[in-house]
Amino acid sequence: MSHRTGPPIRTATRRAVLNGALGLGLSLVIRPAAGTSAPSLESAIRVFASEAPVKVGRVLLDVAPLVENGNAVPITITVESPMTAADHVRRIAVFNELNPQRDVAVFTLGPRAGRARVATRIRLATSQRLVAVAQMSDGTYWQHAVDVIVTLAACIES
Amino acid sequence: MARALITMPPTAKKGEVVEIRTLIAHPMETGYRRGDDGSVLPRNLIRRFTCVYDGETVFSAELFAAVAANPLISFSTVATASGTLTFTWDGDDGFAQTERVAITVT
Repeated sequence: MSHRTGPPIRTATRRAVLNGALGLGLSLVIRPAAGTSAPSLESAIRVFASEAPVKVGRVLLDVAPLVENGNAVPITITVESPMTAADHVRRIAVFNELNPQRDVAVFTLGPRAGRARVATRIRLATSQRLVAVAQMSDGTYWQHAVDVIVTLAACIES
Repeated sequence: MARALITMPPTAKKGEVVEIRTLIAHPMETGYRRGDDGSVLPRNLIRRFTCVYDGETVFSAELFAAVAANPLISFSTVATASGTLTFTWDGDDGFAQTERVAITVT
């Protein structure tokens, strides 16, 4: 009898362990989002785009994938656009995922910019995702997301 | 007066796209950091940057805490006519600075 009850018990235990692991994994995934009071990256982009759909493409966010110093990270945003009076980039916004605030910068351009390329230096509190969103003169929104690994984070030491 | 550095060509052909790089000395204190005594350091940011070329705003930027100290902003404009480019930085604690650079367009 005992050798027959053995396997089912072991299966149940294995299942319980897997369920437990799955539950733990889920809670770990959910916790960072629930813990922060700042809005999520997605909602910040939705507010910027005023609920309009944001397509992937036309924007290039150029940033090193591995950053040594999070205190000054060079970024360059280039948007494919002829920059004429009829067809130009109106705004370019950069958002981050895990800094205390989602906004990084919003640039307002126009046909007189001549070229849709801006560069600046930003702070990154930890390894995270960066998103650049461009608003065109025809009202469409385009984005490019990049995951960045930061080895020395900004604003950790007080 | 904070130290500001503006790099752009002094002359350009009409219709040419001119690249402009601006740098200004500013701590860009986020308001999230704590000082040595444990108290929160008050926020001190440059909030807005604008470039006006012959009376028309050709570029502007809204900056947040995630912009690094001594903010560098690089952008471009089309050389339309000889004139002056006016660069303005506005921020917390009434920070305001204006710099002017002349350009000759041929």
